[in-house]
Amino acid sequence: MKHIVKIMTLLVAIAAFWIGLLQMSVIPSSHTWLLPLYLIVSLGCYGLLMVGVGLMQFPTCPQEALLLQQDIVEAREFLKQRGVDVGSD
Amino acid sequence: MDEQNMQERNKYSIIVPTYNERLNIALIVYLIFKHLREVDFEIIIVDDGSPDGTQDVVKQLQQVYGEDCILLRARPKKLGLGTAYIHGLKHASGNFVVIMDADLSHHPKYLPSFIKKQIDTGASIVTGTRYVKGGGVHGWNLMRKLTSRGANVLAQTLLWPGVSDLTGSFRLYRKSVLEDVISSCVSKGYVFQMEMIVRASRKGYHIEEVPITFVDRLFGSSKLGGSEIVEYLKGLVYLLVTT
Ligand SMILES: Nc1nc2c(ncn2[C@@H]2O[C@H](COP(=O)(O)OP(=O)(O)OP(=O)(O)O)[C@@H](O)[C@H]2O)c(=O)[nH]1
Ligand SMILES: [Mg+2]
Repeated sequence: MKHIVKIMTLLVAIAAFWIGLLQMSVIPSSHTWLLPLYLIVSLGCYGLLMVGVGLMQFPTCPQEALLLQQDIVEAREFLKQRGVDVGSD
Repeated sequence: MDEQNMQERNKYSIIVPTYNERLNIALIVYLIFKHLREVDFEIIIVDDGSPDGTQDVVKQLQQVYGEDCILLRARPKKLGLGTAYIHGLKHASGNFVVIMDADLSHHPKYLPSFIKKQIDTGASIVTGTRYVKGGGVHGWNLMRKLTSRGANVLAQTLLWPGVSDLTGSFRLYRKSVLEDVISSCVSKGYVFQMEMIVRASRKGYHIEEVPITFVDRLFGSSKLGGSEIVEYLKGLVYLLVTT
């Protein structure tokens, strides 16, 4: 099953549930009418929250850059001795 | 069969596509040899006729390390990254294939952890991830981090891929699996990496992750560019309807 079909199925299921709620009117229908709006807003909030949290906890590794510099110096030394052209600076 | 035997029989073909990476390629080859000691491997360099003389450096490296360990499989002109992998794969003699960038943002010191993870779990694909404990990125500005996070959240929500880092390209594949997956991929650039892992995941292959750190390139310049975000969104839609 294509993935878009899965997502569509999910959406249809949610819509069916919503229509069911509307017709049975277990909760006041003025509220039920707003439910899709709540859903969209909360989905948006979820997205923004995930991006925000991800951004705040973005894993960084400054020490890796230093280690890499050392590796580069070591590699250049070795390669230069063996006649590989590794630039001048 | 015990682990020792397994390791002796396995051979790893490391495919490194290059375009104008004369300095980086020498450094990365040195580092690969430094970190992979007890394994059978070969490095396949797919160079697309780099005008900066990358191939001359590769020939010098072959003198140092031997022509059977470093294979130069050049192509006459710049034909793109996706086809570079396919080209390299044709010449691979190992039963496992590693794909990594030449620009040193993928450090060869992680190769042993890829190999170990594969042996421990029997996975068909081991993919490097920057977004778990022990992983990380260095050298990105806020904008780059923001787009990266946004792209990731979007893809995770829409595609449910089952891996945390979709656009990273430091990966180890069982050769037959790579051949299978790559033949059904058509995208380019970042989307290509994403397509590969999503298709593999849909096909039900066992995928494992290992943390890697990613230091943005120091030498040479970036080749992917332009309207990356638009391409990415198009790719996302493409994957939604085709996988
Ligand atoms: N053979 C071949 N290699 C390529 C081509 N384009 C890029 N590469 C190589 O693919 C690897 C990844 O390319 P990069 O330019 O670093 O792309 P990137 O990592 O997304 O961009 P950066 O953020 O600048 O590092 C490098 O090793 C390049 O040399 C191509 O058309 N042909
Ligand atoms: Mg790069």
